[in-house]
Amino acid sequence: MPNNYVPALLFALIALLIPLGTLLLFRLVRPSRPFAAKSLPYECGIDPVGGSRHRFSVRYFLIAILFVLFDVETLFLLPWAIQFKHLGMFGLGEMVVFLGMLILGYFWLVQNGALELE
Amino acid sequence: MPNATFFLISLVKCGVVLFVLLTLVAYIQLAERKIVGRMQSRVGPTRVGPFGLLQPAADAIKFILKEDITPDSAHKFLYLLSPALSATLSMLAITVIPIGGGTVRLFGQNTPMQITDINVGLLFILGVTSLGVYGIVLAGWSSNSKYSLLGSLRGASQMVSYELALGLALIGPIILAGSLSLRHIVEAQQHYWFIVPQFLAFLIYLTAAFAETNRIPFDLPEAEGELGAGYHTEYSAMKFALFFLAEYINMITVSCVATLVFLGGWHGPVFGPALLRAILPLVWFVLKVCFFLFLYIWVRGTLPRFRYDQLMAFGWKVLVPLALGNILVTSLIVGLLA
Repeated sequence: MPNNYVPALLFALIALLIPLGTLLLFRLVRPSRPFAAKSLPYECGIDPVGGSRHRFSVRYFLIAILFVLFDVETLFLLPWAIQFKHLGMFGLGEMVVFLGMLILGYFWLVQNGALELE
Repeated sequence: MPNATFFLISLVKCGVVLFVLLTLVAYIQLAERKIVGRMQSRVGPTRVGPFGLLQPAADAIKFILKEDITPDSAHKFLYLLSPALSATLSMLAITVIPIGGGTVRLFGQNTPMQITDINVGLLFILGVTSLGVYGIVLAGWSSNSKYSLLGSLRGASQMVSYELALGLALIGPIILAGSLSLRHIVEAQQHYWFIVPQFLAFLIYLTAAFAETNRIPFDLPEAEGELGAGYHTEYSAMKFALFFLAEYINMITVSCVATLVFLGGWHGPVFGPALLRAILPLVWFVLKVCFFLFLYIWVRGTLPRFRYDQLMAFGWKVLVPLALGNILVTSLIVGLLA
């Protein structure tokens, strides 16, 4: 029933207005006295060394890709889990094949050190 | 077609939920300071009001009146947006959480005790809480500071890794309940709570939930020792308060989901006169949620922090295979019994 989503939308609107409202409204009572040293990025009290747009480890990228892969798997498991009691052993067999392939892939990843962070 | 009464009811429910939520956040953090204080042989805040009970109000006034510093090098719009986004998304997850089985009468109509009863409630919560990663990533990137960027990278990869275990751990109870509606999941636990057949899933969920909310022992994005304060190093005053709010609301959401999915929600012994019978389910629900919130504080006062590589290895090499094994065993048993 799409009607059920109307209150959710209403709450989303309110939930968006509260943080933005407090940020913008209290600007009226907040002091604002910026100067050059205060507006520097924090680096333990000394002047920042170099920029912040560094190169970072490719492992983070790998983790993100693996997440997408396994999260889609979770997504496929959800409708199966709801209907499982009606699907019976046929549903179980299908899912064991699907999970089996993913688990094989998972062990391949572990074997090749995709999950080692150093 | 929704009419005026429908909107009025929704508006009243939104107002009540927001009021309760924000008050709860204010007092959890007071409770946290008190309890952690006691655990460290201190007394915690005592000065503002009786027993320090007005401390949250004093904190709020301070948050409002403090100068809000925006670094010159920050991306102004995203820098403003990300704390608001974090707070909004954390509040959104509360929308579908039911606090009782029955209905309440509002303006002559019966309405469920939650903002809205969506039949994919659990999926809604999972989806909205995973969007929370955007708040952290955008905050770290838009601050244009080394510590923020490193903190947000860690935070993002930690959250996505543990979200996997979190989602997989919930599959077991969903198989048992055969529904994604939180209301149906609780009703399926009338005879026994899902923590009994799904104890492993419960432990996985609890661990992953601590990591999802970036709490000790998994608070590496904030690691004050090395990164200042992680992704919110550059944030001050009201913007910091919004991140703070988001973290505590996420704690409440996760505790509510744990209660609903594993601890039988509002089920508990019901006795006595009619009025008591009506109130007791709500009392059980609140007590169970408070137990989880206390657990958060207890763990914070007890455990040290993980090392980053240990954290990722634990998530990927222990929790994910365990959760997958739990799904296989659960479906095998349910399939053989059916």
